[in-house]
Amino acid sequence: MNINPYIIEFLQVAVVIGLAPAFVGWIRMLKCWFQGRTTAGLFQPYRDLRKLFSKEIVLAHNASWIFRFTPYLLFGTAVLAGAIIPILSIDLPLAATADVIVLIALFAIARFFLALAGMDIGTAFGGMGSSREMMIASLAEPAMLMAIFTVSLANKSTSLAEIVQVINSGQMMLRPSLAFAFIAFILITLAETGRIPVDNPATHLELTMIHEAMILEYSGRHLALVEWASMMKLYLFVSLAIAVFTPWGIAVKGSLAGLPAAIGFMIAKLGIAGLIIVLIETGLAKMRIFRVPDFLGVAFLMATLGMLSFFILD
Amino acid sequence: MNNSDMLLILLGLPVASAVVLAFVGDRKFAPEINISGSAATFIAGIALAIEVYMHGPMLAGGKFFFVDAFNIYLAVLTSFVSVTTALFSRRYMRREREHGRVGQVGMRFYHAMFQLFIFAMLLCLLTNNVGILWISMELATLTTVLLVSLYRTPTAIEAAWKYFILCGVGIAQALFGTVLLYFAAEKVLGEGGDALLWTNLSRVSGQLEPTILSLAFVFLMVGYGTKVGLVPLHNWLPDAHSEGPTPISAVLSGLLLNIALYALVRCKVLVDGSTQTHYAGDIMMVFGILSILVAAFSILRQKDIKRMFSYSSIEHMGIATFAFGLGGPIATFGALLHMLMHSLTKSAIFFTAGHASQMHRTQEMDKIRGLFKGKPLVGWGLMLGVMALAGLPPFGIFTSEFLILTATIQEAPLWTPFLLLGLAVAFAALFRAVQPMVSGDVPDYQKPLKVAHLPVILHMTIVLIIGLYIPDFLNQWFKTAVELLK
Amino acid sequence: MDISLETAARITSFIAALVLITSFAMLAQKRIYGLIHLFAWQGLFLALNTAVVGYIADKHHLFISSLLTLGLKVFLLPYILYVLIKRLNIRKDVETIVNMPTTMLIGIGLVIFSYHLTAPVRELSTLMTRSTLTIALATVMIGLLMMITRRNAVTQIIGFLAMENGLFFTATSATYGMPLVVELGVALDVLIAAFIFGIFFFHISTTFDSLDVGQMARLKEDEMNE
Repeated sequence: MNINPYIIEFLQVAVVIGLAPAFVGWIRMLKCWFQGRTTAGLFQPYRDLRKLFSKEIVLAHNASWIFRFTPYLLFGTAVLAGAIIPILSIDLPLAATADVIVLIALFAIARFFLALAGMDIGTAFGGMGSSREMMIASLAEPAMLMAIFTVSLANKSTSLAEIVQVINSGQMMLRPSLAFAFIAFILITLAETGRIPVDNPATHLELTMIHEAMILEYSGRHLALVEWASMMKLYLFVSLAIAVFTPWGIAVKGSLAGLPAAIGFMIAKLGIAGLIIVLIETGLAKMRIFRVPDFLGVAFLMATLGMLSFFILD
Repeated sequence: MNNSDMLLILLGLPVASAVVLAFVGDRKFAPEINISGSAATFIAGIALAIEVYMHGPMLAGGKFFFVDAFNIYLAVLTSFVSVTTALFSRRYMRREREHGRVGQVGMRFYHAMFQLFIFAMLLCLLTNNVGILWISMELATLTTVLLVSLYRTPTAIEAAWKYFILCGVGIAQALFGTVLLYFAAEKVLGEGGDALLWTNLSRVSGQLEPTILSLAFVFLMVGYGTKVGLVPLHNWLPDAHSEGPTPISAVLSGLLLNIALYALVRCKVLVDGSTQTHYAGDIMMVFGILSILVAAFSILRQKDIKRMFSYSSIEHMGIATFAFGLGGPIATFGALLHMLMHSLTKSAIFFTAGHASQMHRTQEMDKIRGLFKGKPLVGWGLMLGVMALAGLPPFGIFTSEFLILTATIQEAPLWTPFLLLGLAVAFAALFRAVQPMVSGDVPDYQKPLKVAHLPVILHMTIVLIIGLYIPDFLNQWFKTAVELLK
Repeated sequence: MDISLETAARITSFIAALVLITSFAMLAQKRIYGLIHLFAWQGLFLALNTAVVGYIADKHHLFISSLLTLGLKVFLLPYILYVLIKRLNIRKDVETIVNMPTTMLIGIGLVIFSYHLTAPVRELSTLMTRSTLTIALATVMIGLLMMITRRNAVTQIIGFLAMENGLFFTATSATYGMPLVVELGVALDVLIAAFIFGIFFFHISTTFDSLDVGQMARLKEDEMNE
């Protein structure tokens, strides 16, 4: 029995929006367990968001339209990306609108506006955060593209749906190029989503913060949207990694029977992904900002080696 | 006695001597054992040479060893120089021991390693297996590394370290080349050890894949070229040759360089057979000329006597490499003769230079003065040696250089000016340096010493005789070798 | 158990990729103990690869090489190095001459260079391991790079041994290993070299008070100039 792909599309977007805070909550819970603290529960991020939505917005009087516009843009791009990445099913109507490169560009637009918004008010912290964010971005994006290109080369397509389909069919087992790209992608994910060891999502320590520095001036509904968007970004990066490197269990065609299984697989994989992130975060200390280029250099190296080993070994 | 036994004796003698010497250690009669061991090896070498001369090339030890005109003459040369060096080192090392530069352990080590080194070189020459060739070459490096650092001075350790690392890196490239060679050979000869036997390889060299062999030769050239000391891979050579004990300098310069060149030429024959072009020869000519020129100008700048002669070794190895690269009967004949002559002359020069520096307790040329008056044999030995080295008639190097030059003018006239320039600069540089050392008054710090006359006189006499006329058997021998290397 | 050639080629490629990673990790590694561990890992992957190739190609002498590699490069040499470092109180961090990103870029360049250099061999080879030849040569080159860019005697030696690893790998991937007598001879040479550098470390550290090769600059041409 088939169902309309638009319904799946809609369902997936709903899942991305709805489950992203839960994923963050899961990571925080795990972290608390690892550190022997009591947890705030899986749903604490929802409560935080609700609280922020109910608060009034305090705007600096010199804030421009960019500052007010950015939260909506962030949220919008995240939702759009969520509609493109095959999370539940390969057969997504919107996926045809964009390939991997456009996807990266979407994230880049969001980051660009966030950096502008960080500088908009003119406070020192905002500017500092923006400059650091751009530094990381300038290093992470080439590596990201390299990793994505490797995957595209191996699958002879830049369309996400096709990549996932090829890999899902099992032709790509034990490919060194994909393994390299995967390692690179994990490192980039850590940098792009502001996790330890690049940035610490839980701190507001002036000297080290990056993401938090940029959004320091946001409040109320705006802050809620920005936070939500960044949760979705984390969720999307992890989903992208899952989709490209371990897509097993994803629904192939819009069959109703495959859908519950796909959701089950997704939740299980996300749970494991969260565990890996927490293991990395508890195992490493945040590195000094000047060491970040080295870290991303390794990511770039891995991605390049992946591409080379595609030519050499595959 | 069959061939295999003779070879086994030839190779076994140095190993046996090394074992004995390791046990004898620093006893009084250790140098004598060293000398007799070398002498026995030499006699075995002569016997083998006569055998080959009478009955032509031979395979022995289940095709594992191979003797022809090319390697047997080098084997005899190696064992001969090892005898004279052992003779020389008897007094020399005893004196170094008295000066406290070497300890008890050092002496034990020195004697044992000297014999092992001779063994490694002989194995390198006589083996038929290209892989074993590589292994014994590496072994020859390893046995001499610690001899170079025998004095334990900072400079000696530095030199030995450089030698170890740079030659290790270089020789690794040669192994890569050997693997490629095996790769190509396997296609024709099938798998297994037979595909690495030189006799088999040279038989089928026409069928070996040219692209692979060309690639392999680049690696072999870099690898063995490092050991030959060709510019720009020569960095280790002046250090290693100047910081070690003088007998070791003599054998390093006189013998080891020859062995490395031998390996290179063996490989070149295979590559030529496969590619049927002058490709390998061209590479060797470029390296050769570069070595001649750079070394000649470097001689000008030296202050240390042994260092200067090390550069001169690079120059002469450059000449031989160039001549082998040029190819053709005259040039190859010249190159073979040159290897022989240079080996004898250079070791004789190191002997006298060792005496001179021991008399003055320094290797700095500025401090070495008045050798003619102070110790005529050393003075004249040095002077005549340098004359021979610079290519003056009537010495043998004149003959070989003349042959090479003639061939160059005929076959590759464009290279002639570079060759001539290198020779002229080296000539001038050597005389400029040696003139003040031998002439003038005896400085008060010069200590008269009892020196070993025999090695120097022996070497120089041979060089002189061959310069005047080449004995018939040698002539015949070289011609056979030239045929082999065609 | 029967493995298809294609799967076998996949497995060897994968191991080759692991060897390549260890090579680059060694380039990046800043601590000496880390370097030794990486070197041991590289040896392990090589031994594994040799055993796999030996099994699939049915070449039994490769098992001996594999065991030899395992014993020599995974246990003995790292152990010797470890003991030496302990005994000589060598500084635990490694100074580099060229900074890390540049070294890495050069490393990538070397991989590409190796790819081009081995092209004729790959075209002519019919072995399933032919694609790993590039990695083998790259390992040699990266070992060389490591020797050039490091100042410490221990790291230079590890670079040297890594080069040797690469050569061994080359022999396995180009021709299913050299004849056994050659393999044994090479192993013997490596063993002798190990003892020699052991002696050297003692000499260098007693003479120079450290294993920094940068201090060894007495034999310069300039000093000999007039």
